[in-house]
Amino acid sequence: MISIVVFIVVFVAGTAFFTLNVFKVRRNILLGKEIDRKDNPSERLKLMTLVALGQKKMFERPIPAVLHLFLYVAFIITQIELIEIVCDGVLGSHRMFRPSLGGFYTFLVSFIEILSVLAFIGTIAFLSRRNLLKVPRLVKSELNGWPKLDANFILLGEITLICFIFMMNGADEVLYNNGWSHASESKGSFGLAISSHLGPLLFGGMSESTLHIIERIGWWGHLSMVFGFLNYLPYSKHFHILLAFPNVYFSNLLAKGKFTNLESVTNEVKLMFDPSAAVPPSDGAPMRFGVKDVTDLTWKQLLDSYTCTECGRCTSSCPQNITGKLLSPRKIMMDTRDRLMEVGKNMDANNGEFKDDGKSLLGDYISSEELWACNTCNACVQQCPVNIDPLSIILDMRRYLVMEQSAAPTELNMMFTNIENNGAPWQFSQADRLKWKDE
Amino acid sequence: MNELNVPTMAEFIGRGEVPEILFWVGCAGSFDDRAKKITKAIVKILNHAKVKFAVLGTEESCTGDPAKRAGNEFLFQMQAMNNITVLNGYEVKKIVTGCPHCYNTLKNEYPSLGGNYEVIHHTELIQDLLNKGRIKIEGGSFKGKKITFHDPCYLGRGNDVYEAPREVMVNLEAELMEMKRSKANGLCCGAGGAQMFKEAEKGTKEVNVERTEEALALNPDVIAVGCPFCNTMITDGVKHFNKEDKVKVLDVAELIAQAKNL
Repeated sequence: MISIVVFIVVFVAGTAFFTLNVFKVRRNILLGKEIDRKDNPSERLKLMTLVALGQKKMFERPIPAVLHLFLYVAFIITQIELIEIVCDGVLGSHRMFRPSLGGFYTFLVSFIEILSVLAFIGTIAFLSRRNLLKVPRLVKSELNGWPKLDANFILLGEITLICFIFMMNGADEVLYNNGWSHASESKGSFGLAISSHLGPLLFGGMSESTLHIIERIGWWGHLSMVFGFLNYLPYSKHFHILLAFPNVYFSNLLAKGKFTNLESVTNEVKLMFDPSAAVPPSDGAPMRFGVKDVTDLTWKQLLDSYTCTECGRCTSSCPQNITGKLLSPRKIMMDTRDRLMEVGKNMDANNGEFKDDGKSLLGDYISSEELWACNTCNACVQQCPVNIDPLSIILDMRRYLVMEQSAAPTELNMMFTNIENNGAPWQFSQADRLKWKDE
Repeated sequence: MNELNVPTMAEFIGRGEVPEILFWVGCAGSFDDRAKKITKAIVKILNHAKVKFAVLGTEESCTGDPAKRAGNEFLFQMQAMNNITVLNGYEVKKIVTGCPHCYNTLKNEYPSLGGNYEVIHHTELIQDLLNKGRIKIEGGSFKGKKITFHDPCYLGRGNDVYEAPREVMVNLEAELMEMKRSKANGLCCGAGGAQMFKEAEKGTKEVNVERTEEALALNPDVIAVGCPFCNTMITDGVKHFNKEDKVKVLDVAELIAQAKNL
């Protein structure tokens, strides 16, 4: 009875705290400016199925894709076992699906066990890639400190979770072998693919009470890891397991080469051409061209930042980063998220109102040196397995630097002047534009 | 060599005629000494295929692409509106560009400002002319040569055009080789995003050197390009490795024009 109460407390508190944090994240994301990404639902759904659910873009790099697939499928399938754990927890039953599902239960849990072993292998491989093999994109400087710790923490958490599953099933198997399991009064075997061998190997010969303790540690451990993970998500890059889906759904469906035309600029330019032009009246708020802080970004760009799991495919394909420049598209996303969380905390501390802290994304997090290095080549956008667009943030900040601060590099200002005066980025006269014909 | 026939839009209208297509030459194609050769190659192909085309000549002005990528949205939209006034004044329907940056800007960024045209890249036009039998290529001077194609970002990733330049080059009966980073995974030449007009930031290597190194590893006779800026960057890269005597950097249009001895 006590265990049922404890379970319900853990379940309710875990779910409530997670929900609270999700609402905070949602509030933070909605600090962004409006952008319409609700058109074409059928194409969006198809894209989400292929790219998020189907992991299509992951397979550009097959080795990490297969390892990731082990974890991904294991994660999804294990949720079935979680449903049983929740039901058992609330009703005080033990493996309540087993009697009704019979042979299918054995198949299903065996399947979970096999995937758990594969996920275990995947996790060990991922830990080695980060800490032993030091795959270049996983040891870049922007990962120093918390991001590196976060990544290892997640992987160790996954290993622990898998261990709990095998403690639970393995100990229960030995209990069943001796006729002590709560699942059955007779002696027998669950016949599960892994634990029917692993259980006797690890726990064979132990006393009934020890086995029950191990089984319960596995059960409660599994449960607390799940709720621990769930509540860790909003603080971690691991949030991608949930946000990947909406993030891909709300992808940019247009040609990657097409950059937005700023409507505020269009209105100004129209007025310059024709002072009587009909342009929508301004809403009175001071206009800012381009992006200085996170609240100038769109909600999709902010959702991008929460979705980023810092895999670094963008950075490892960035021509400027490859050649040793400061720019790293991954850092752009990480900085955006860090600043957004800072703004969120500021609001929490000030009754929901943001109190100016004298800081901004541009300058305090992202330097102009990073921004001016970008080739706008779209390699980062192409590579992202969950359709994040770091390039749009870079361009929006360049717009702020140029249109609000006139802070472009000198050579670019010369290029602007040439276009203004001669209609070409170089100092050639427009009148000479057809001279090539006769040369 | 036949003299180039380059009628302007104004001349067409003066005669009361309408061209099939407008050839948008672009700033590089008009002023850069190397790129002018590409422009002439495109014109030779158009003349050879008897395409009724026109240029804007002195009425053409920068599309605004480098200004836009550098963050100067004002200047971009000023350029765009001026160009749209000229293009709409001539009732232009279809445009071919010699540069993927002009191509992308005209095709994607002009419509919402009032400029709606069918825009194609010159490799797409050549592909179309070949498909329709308006030009024929059987081998020629590049037969058996080793050629690798460097995808321009604003043609490839920017607009998903990967096959047109490759299909055109198949007609050369050359040995087409792919770099490890090609098509959607292609590496930029280093010029895009207005980098062409400024010094690179501090780093360990130039982007064009990184890219050219990759191309040269294939031991090609020709590195084919489809963009005047890529052409400059890769040509500089080849010079960096002192390979300019062995490896040519040529636009797809130049390959076709040279193969046909135009």
